Amino acid sequence: MSILIIAQQAKGPLAVSTAQLVGAAKALQGDIHLLLLGDQITQAATEAARLQGVTRVRLAELGCNWCDGLDKPLAALAQDYHYVLMAASSTAKDLLPRMAARLGMEMLSEVIAIEGKDSFLRPIYAGNAIARVQSSAPIKLMTLRASSFPTAVMGEVSAPVEALPSLTIATRTRLVSRQAVVSSRPELGSARVVVSGGRALGSKAQFALIEALADKLGGAVGASRAAVDAGFVGNDLQVGQTGKVVAPELYIAVGISGAIQHLAGMKESKVIVAINKDGEAPIFQIADYGLVGDLFTLLPELTAKL
Amino acid sequence: MKLLVAVKRVVDYNVKIRVKSDGSDVELANVKMGINPFCEIAVEQGVRLREAGLASELVVVTLGPAAASEQLRHALALGADRALHYVTSDSGSTPGTSDERLDPLTVARALQVVCEREQPDLVLLGKQSIDSDNNQVGQMLAALCDWPLATFASAIEWAGDELLVTREVDGGLETLGMALPAVVTVDLRLNEPRFASLPNIMKAKRKPLETEPFAALGISPLAQNRQLGVMAPPVRSGGARVGSVDELIDKLKHEAKVLP
Repeated sequence: MSILIIAQQAKGPLAVSTAQLVGAAKALQGDIHLLLLGDQITQAATEAARLQGVTRVRLAELGCNWCDGLDKPLAALAQDYHYVLMAASSTAKDLLPRMAARLGMEMLSEVIAIEGKDSFLRPIYAGNAIARVQSSAPIKLMTLRASSFPTAVMGEVSAPVEALPSLTIATRTRLVSRQAVVSSRPELGSARVVVSGGRALGSKAQFALIEALADKLGGAVGASRAAVDAGFVGNDLQVGQTGKVVAPELYIAVGISGAIQHLAGMKESKVIVAINKDGEAPIFQIADYGLVGDLFTLLPELTAKL
Repeated sequence: MKLLVAVKRVVDYNVKIRVKSDGSDVELANVKMGINPFCEIAVEQGVRLREAGLASELVVVTLGPAAASEQLRHALALGADRALHYVTSDSGSTPGTSDERLDPLTVARALQVVCEREQPDLVLLGKQSIDSDNNQVGQMLAALCDWPLATFASAIEWAGDELLVTREVDGGLETLGMALPAVVTVDLRLNEPRFASLPNIMKAKRKPLETEPFAALGISPLAQNRQLGVMAPPVRSGGARVGSVDELIDKLKHEAKVLP
């Protein structure tokens, strides 16, 4: 059994999700090869080589940050493997189905548990049901919810690192522009603490109350779709079925009613705190600690007392 | 340009679904069904391109049980010109489920055949269906046709000789330019779908809707993925309340131990 983990990597330390994917791949009991794709990835490669379980690190430096047209050469590469895994990022969701189609394989999206060599669990209906799926595909391509898996630790032994011969990429699209959202806070998907705000914050200016609490806790900021649509924050902070799925140790939902689409993105959190003035809001049904009251008095008080 | 929009019949997004007691599947009997919200956004975008004079024809297509014609009529009432329905077999006991389990690759292969027949310049799809949550069909179709692709579109414009699509990606937005024919999957923020007016609902009844059995497309499912069962997610034992900020901090520190 051989496993290929494809990881998008930019310069700097290795992405947490990559270590979580290695943790997940151990359950498949095979040779784990890690393919790092991106720009200036030497530091990450050194770290990746020390992840316990990794037997080989392959590098592909890309001239572009991440290119369209990668599906073809990567599908060719995938033919040497039994499993191809990616963390369920927007890149993976775009790329892996294209690779699967080129290989003529059915694939699995957003796997949350590996039960055996061919049996997997994945959420359906916005996480309101969990499906057990058996795959007989000769190459099993899967995106995984990285936060559902244990993080592989770094050992002393380094696996060999090799650069791939340059990939031939026939892109059919032209990158016109990219607007990145710059943040000094931890990344939403891997943060230990997430503080999320909803429509009840009322304005972009008042959303600063959420940011103040997040900064006090060293956490990431999230938002409900209502807050994003109201223009309080960018949509990259949206938590939910159509945004990011998070599973931090502590999730604090402020002024969020708890629509099923939002719950789908955060209900795997270890501890959930809800602060809302409506005591009947659905969020209270899943919150471990609920506090009913006006967020404009409770939030500053909480931030001050921590 | 000619537009093709794929739509899917799914459980209405407001329904709180239940798992069947035998764990075989989700309970779909007597459950309200509707058009997948992302598909509705794709139809709306098609109608807007049509209204802007950029598209000459808007064709909607579905692969699904006989009852899925309701969703095609809905799309026609929103402004589509013509509909194609490739009817899958239906056990009858559970409306909306199909005996022919159509996995995303099967749907993409079927849509590829439809594209060969219809020769659209642009295919619009929702980014994912809210029942199986796969987020695969559009990408697979683009790969099979070997056409350019833009997923998660939040803005689409035609700039004379190329399609400019702004995509919602992790960490921000990016805009891609591409030549036609192309495939675009749409995200929630692309537009706000209109409501079908009563006169348009009446008019939609007279618009052409062709039906053919799914088998006529000559695609047989590979059946590589088999659903062994479905279970309810673990229930959280939430619901506890605290009376004050001090009590909350105390509980988080000493009971939940998530704060130092």
